[in-house]
Amino acid sequence: MIESMMSFVMPIWEWLPMWIQVLVTNVFFIVIIMVPLMLSVAYVTYAERKIIGYMQVRIGPNRVGPRGWLQPIADAVKLMFKEIIIPTNSNRFLFLFAPMLSMGPALAAWAVIPFADNIQLADVNAGLLYILAMTSMGVYGVIIAGWASNSKYAMLGALRSAAQVVAYEIAMGFALVGVLMAGGSLNLGDIIDKQAGGFFNWFWLPLLPLMVVYFISGVAETNRAPFDVAEGESEIVAGFHVDYSGMAFAVFFLAEYANIIMIAALTSLLFFGGWMSPFGSYADVPLLGNGFHWFVIKTMFFIYMFLWIRATFPRYRYDQIMRLGWKVFIPVTIVWIFVEAVMAVMQIGPWAV
Amino acid sequence: MSFTEIVFYAFSAIMVVAALGVISARNPVHSALSLVLTFFATAAIWMLLEAEFLAITLVLVYVGAVMVLFLFVVMMLDINITQMRAGFMRFLPFGILVALILAVQMILVVGPANFGLDVAGFASPVEHAADYSNTKELGRVLYTDYVFPFEIAAVILLVAIVAAISLTMRRRPQTKYQTPGKQVMVKKEDRLRIIKMQTEEKQ
Repeated sequence: MIESMMSFVMPIWEWLPMWIQVLVTNVFFIVIIMVPLMLSVAYVTYAERKIIGYMQVRIGPNRVGPRGWLQPIADAVKLMFKEIIIPTNSNRFLFLFAPMLSMGPALAAWAVIPFADNIQLADVNAGLLYILAMTSMGVYGVIIAGWASNSKYAMLGALRSAAQVVAYEIAMGFALVGVLMAGGSLNLGDIIDKQAGGFFNWFWLPLLPLMVVYFISGVAETNRAPFDVAEGESEIVAGFHVDYSGMAFAVFFLAEYANIIMIAALTSLLFFGGWMSPFGSYADVPLLGNGFHWFVIKTMFFIYMFLWIRATFPRYRYDQIMRLGWKVFIPVTIVWIFVEAVMAVMQIGPWAV
Repeated sequence: MSFTEIVFYAFSAIMVVAALGVISARNPVHSALSLVLTFFATAAIWMLLEAEFLAITLVLVYVGAVMVLFLFVVMMLDINITQMRAGFMRFLPFGILVALILAVQMILVVGPANFGLDVAGFASPVEHAADYSNTKELGRVLYTDYVFPFEIAAVILLVAIVAAISLTMRRRPQTKYQTPGKQVMVKKEDRLRIIKMQTEEKQ
């Protein structure tokens, strides 16, 4: 059956021009990455409500489907059928364009993520730089949304968010400089290969301060609690998306969760060995050896950290956020890069070339 | 037409249209966003030249940071659009003249002849093998052959940062601010006074 289908399909496939073949295969792989990603985005929202619910000694969503498992689907259906209200005097095109701008980069960055050994969409030499560039793009959605809504609250939220993201991006970039010094490459596959050999060979240990700075900056970058002044309900209602409703709002919401998964995946790739197994010497035992499942487990752990942090800490005041970003994180990263440079010259640790 | 050429012409067209949008858009925010699009198309064309480090850095620095601050400023300022466009037609010939001079200068300085390329046909540069890393090559040249110009540029930037901060920093003694070090060092004895006293009779 499959044999005869293949013999029918293959000549047509080979008849197609080269670039259409490339296009079709790439679109196919993109769909393979995107569909599970969007599903996990939906279920991270469910996990958040459930986990924070239990942390606050309540049950969380439990009405739709068994134990509330269909809740994200119900939410999506509800949001799809709600009206998208476009405020008068808003900039119509930019108002509708902003949610896409915040969603696009969050998904585009997945192109270079290695899911397992040699399994990635694009093996880019400058993969780390590409990710940094893509994550720095996300702020446009917020700024444009704030401006196009033609509302004071939205504008204030956008300005806060822009200042915050630009501040934390520097610390994040410096933390990544530390990673690329340790990995000796900008290629994500090479960085993971350099972490081979189990739990204590991962970069979290030699780069501990950078790991902490990176993860906290990631929380700040995604505008999550306790850094969610961009939407601080008590001061500026809901910040940049106060005027959005229905699916336009939902896209912002999904982009936030896509970014959380992104930062969690990056933390596990850059500091926790990605798909490397923590039991370095048991590489031959099934499930204990290297594999995709380790990447998933680590990513899920960091997503859980995001939720845990949200449930634990009160919101930062704005000036304290700025102080933390500029006066604490950036000096810490600079000092650690200096330490790394000295150790590289002295041939100590993973930097010994 | 090969696929690379289709990509090249598509991004070139986007770049030219977006660049025209920068100077012709009525709204300054639209101008700034057109500039972002121009940077993007430029980055894509650099990518075709296998200059991936420069392309990604362009997106990272200019799109991710510089233009964000630009937009920030443009949104904060309430720019009077009609006033700004008042002399557009009057200054147009002069503007075209300046643009032409700039274009001629650019062609003379960074034209193909200066890089040993074929002048007449504008042949595309030699393609490299798959393991060629533009980032590595650039780093090697930057830290060996051009290390002094590179460091001088860095020092100039540092001076600019210091100058910008010292010019705009205002010390206002009446504003209140926190000293987190002091806050952390506070002991119970500094804030709390325990008074011993007799219990009072119930009234």
